[in-house]
Amino acid sequence: MGITVEIPTPLRPFAGKQASVEFNATTVGDALKQLTTTYADLQKHLYTDEGRIRSFVTVYLNEEDIRYLQKESTSVKDGDIISIVPSIAGGHPNG
Amino acid sequence: MAILRLTEQIAQQIREHGASDYPNETCGAMLGTDREDGRAVLALVPLTNRRDDSPRNRFSITAEDFRVAERAAAEQGLEVVGWYHSHPDHPARPSEFDREHAWPWYSYVIVSVDAGKPQLMTSWLLAEDRSHFDPEEIVARESASSAT
Repeated sequence: MGITVEIPTPLRPFAGKQASVEFNATTVGDALKQLTTTYADLQKHLYTDEGRIRSFVTVYLNEEDIRYLQKESTSVKDGDIISIVPSIAGGHPNG
Repeated sequence: MAILRLTEQIAQQIREHGASDYPNETCGAMLGTDREDGRAVLALVPLTNRRDDSPRNRFSITAEDFRVAERAAAEQGLEVVGWYHSHPDHPARPSEFDREHAWPWYSYVIVSVDAGKPQLMTSWLLAEDRSHFDPEEIVARESASSAT
């Protein structure tokens, strides 16, 4: 048993059409790194050009938002579930 | 061009939601099916625009609201196939801000609302390289059976 990373529907085409992928990892960042190494096309949707998680990507470890834990350094153990959850935003230029 | 099928009733619900939230931007989730023969919207989940600081030209759907929409879809045997929002007093075409914050695969429906009255409704798909939106044709039918 490893760490399960759940892939949201819009990103599944970039992850072999899989709903979830399993990795052996020690931290959330480690698991996400393995995810984007395995499926390189995910990188641009999850990370900025500077390598930071995009502001409209929320990552949960089980039911906890990792921003309220130790972010990408948060430790993980076998059986944990990492969920990538999009925030949806937009708007027009005129205020 | 890709096609987004929906019923006139769904289209009207989106227009009415846009009008009722005017002058603020409205937003919501579109639930439906995505099959090889096309995509159809069969239900909506109207959501609250979380952008308290600039609701007239921005909308935001939080990760928690996203999960609400996903659960609603699962309960109906559907999936979230896209999102709708309004452009108050602005054309129904995606902005650069829309593109920067969009996800691939989803249909993004925009309804323009001029002086409180809903006008043109369009739908868009983000290119896989995130560089631009492609238009999606909206086909509105009279009944749900003809939308699927």
